Parts: sequence; structure tokens; C-alpha cells
Amino acid sequence: MGLLKSAEGLTMKSQRLIGGRDSLAREYGQADLSPVFRSNGTAMPDTAEYARHLAENFANWRLVVDGLVARPLSIPMAAIRALPSRTQITRHDCVEGWSAIGKWHGLVLGRILNAAGLSTRARYVVFHCADRFGQYPYYESIDLIDAFHPQTILAWGMNDRLLPVPNGAPLRLRVERQLGYKHAKYVQRIEAVESLAGVYRGKGGFWEDNTGYQWYAGI
Amino acid sequence: MSPAPRRIAYRHRLPTRIWHWVNALTVAVMLMSGLMILNAHPRLYWGWYGANFDHAWIDFGRRPFPGWVTIPSTYDLAGGRIWHLAFAWVLVIGLVAFLLTSLWNRHVQRDLAPTADELAPSHVWQDIKEHARLNFPRGDAALRYNILQKISYAAVIFVFLPLMILTGLAMSPSLDAAFPWLVDIFGGRPSARSIHFIVAAAILAFIAVHLAMVILAGPVNEIWSMISGRYRVPPERSGA
Repeated sequence: MGLLKSAEGLTMKSQRLIGGRDSLAREYGQADLSPVFRSNGTAMPDTAEYARHLAENFANWRLVVDGLVARPLSIPMAAIRALPSRTQITRHDCVEGWSAIGKWHGLVLGRILNAAGLSTRARYVVFHCADRFGQYPYYESIDLIDAFHPQTILAWGMNDRLLPVPNGAPLRLRVERQLGYKHAKYVQRIEAVESLAGVYRGKGGFWEDNTGYQWYAGI
Repeated sequence: MSPAPRRIAYRHRLPTRIWHWVNALTVAVMLMSGLMILNAHPRLYWGWYGANFDHAWIDFGRRPFPGWVTIPSTYDLAGGRIWHLAFAWVLVIGLVAFLLTSLWNRHVQRDLAPTADELAPSHVWQDIKEHARLNFPRGDAALRYNILQKISYAAVIFVFLPLMILTGLAMSPSLDAAFPWLVDIFGGRPSARSIHFIVAAAILAFIAVHLAMVILAGPVNEIWSMISGRYRVPPERSGA
């Protein structure tokens, strides 16, 4: 298995090499939308804290940006929705094999990171989520190539409405050139780090830690 | 009546033999780890999107493929993907190396390419009838691929395996972003996934027929020739 896992580095490097860092995912038209955009993983985070936020319509939900940044931020949802947003209709590819096309409205992640002022030591961005699988909180991480990609957004809206709970309300990541499990839902905190080794079990994400899914999920 | 002299001919060159066995193992791993991945979402669609609420042209039901046909043998999507994506490299590198070598040593031109005479419908029909009667070539004719062999080997090498690779790559969101034509030529990612499955089934059908032919034509001689290269030529029938 160790030898097989070592092929993953080759797989990631060749995707980045031949695919380029800046290629854009296809954006579709309104007519291409999936009639129903299914959800996967957590459909309703089962904590009392989340239930309270839901009851308050996320009025007191804040996005925290910290770690290796010059200016840590804590931004209320209302302010996030008021900032200039990007709308993109893209295809969501689940690791299981299904695909769905949805319309996303959200804040370009690079803008938030620039506002917080990333340290030159920062190499990864970790997304801490409100949902849990058993004892483990969900989290995900991407590197700065994907973090500053123009289509990488924190979406608060889907298909011209506020993001539904099963799809990650109030805020989820869209990282369009990777598989669905990278698109962290229920994002509460963004942490800039130098290494993933000290984050939970060190593999860069909940599924990566617990089942062996690839950290770079481009295929 | 004296017994016909045993005649041994050199039939398969080393690169052909190496690739045959490496590829046999690789295709087995790809098919079995592929069924594990299909177990995760055993529905297939046509078009640009496809998920549970959309129309599937085939639905195998929940976890349809049993442990003895999957890698790993218990449900493990992560493990199946690790095997599949690692052996995909062996498949691609092996196929490219085999093709380059076989163009260079003229295996493709000399042994695989059908001649115009062989492609004549009457000749193909004749060969189909001979196969149906299990009447296999003997003597010098047994040292060349017959037209049905040429067509089936060329289909696997030039159509099926390249299609598997292209439809596999077309399912990658990162490669689709870089090369949108990759998914366009198949009419969408769910379509590419469907074609990936259909061609895999065609490869499985090829393997079944191929193994049946090996058994009917003399398994020891056939398998040994693909290991050592040396083939005991079936003598011409007396009076033929």
C-alpha cells in the first residue's frame, strides 16, 4: 500500500504540470443546472451550537480568519453577504462518481486572505467546519495555488437562494478543480498554516485522515 | 506412417511477452478496483450531470459487486481509488512503451495490421466459420494471427485501452479545467463514466473469449509460448 500511495504524489504533480495552475473550470449556463442538487455527507450538523445558529438565521455566525496572518479577522455573515460576490455555474464531481451542476454565489477566497495579510510562511489554508463525524470535526485544506484561484469562493448562496442547510449553510468552500469532499461545508474558521502535520491527524482533511482519500483530489 | 516431426517456432518477441503479462495483471487490477469504485455509486447516466435524482440508464442497486470481484475485497472506496490510480500509471506507461516498441520492431505493421485480402468480407466470413467449427490454423498458418485475432487485438490495443484512458482522464475535474475538449468529446462527465464502464465490459468480454480460445487451441502450448516465445507448431493434417 505504501508503494501504491507513493503514486499519489506523481498523480498530483502531473495534474499540476500538464493542467497548469491557473486553468479555469468550465462555467455552464442557467439551462444546464441539475434539476435537484443533492447533498452528501452531513445534511444537518448535530450540535446544539449549530441548532442555535440555525434558529437565529445565522445572524451571529462569524467567519474567523487566523493562523499565519498579519490581521486576524472575524467577519459576521451579514458583512460577508454584503461584500462584492462572484457567481459561477459549475459542475460538482463527487468522489463516489455522481456529478451535479449548481450555481454558486460567494466571496472570492483570495480577497479575504489578502485582507487578512498572509504571512510569507503560510503554505496551506485549513477550513474548520461546524459538522462532526462521530468525535471528529470535519475539516479540509488546500494549498495557496487553489486558495488564490479566481474560482475558489466561499459560497453563501446556491441557485439564486441562500445556501440550504444540507449544502453547507451558511458558508461553504467551492474549489472547482477538485472533488466534492474538498468543498468544506459549514465553514466557521479559516486558518493559515505552514504545515498540515500539526492539524488533527496530519493528512489535511477529515477523509484523508480517516479513510485514505487523496489530499489532492483532482481526479 | 511416421509421426510428424516436432517443429518449434519463435512466435512472440520479448517486448510482446513482457507487455502481455504486465498488462494482464494491470487490467485485472483495474477491472476489480474499478468495480469497487462503481460500488460507491452504481448508477450510470448520459449527459452533463447525473446524480440520484436524475435518470440513470442503468442502476445496479446497492453495492452490487461482491468482494471476490473487487479490490479491496471489502467495501473501501479510498482503497479502490488508491489501487486504480496507481495501476493507471502502469497501464498508460505500458501501453505507450508497447506501442512505440511495436512500431519500431514492426510488430504492428507485420503482425497486427490486416491486409486488404484478409479484410474482404468473404475471407472474414470464412474465418468466422472456421472458428465456429473450432477448426484452428495449423502449420505455417498457425504462426500468423488470423483476421479475427488481428481485429480483436487491434480493437483492444488501439480502441479499447485508449478509450479507457481518455474516459478516465475525462472524469478528472482538474484535467477537464485544463482540457475542456476531453469531456466535450464524450458529451459530459457522466457520459464519459458510462463509456468507461461499457468499454471495460468490452475488455472483459475480450478476456473471456481470449481465454476460451487459449483453452481450445491447447492451453499449455499457448501459455508457454507467451512465456518463452517458443511455440510448438501444430502439424498440417495428413492429406491436407
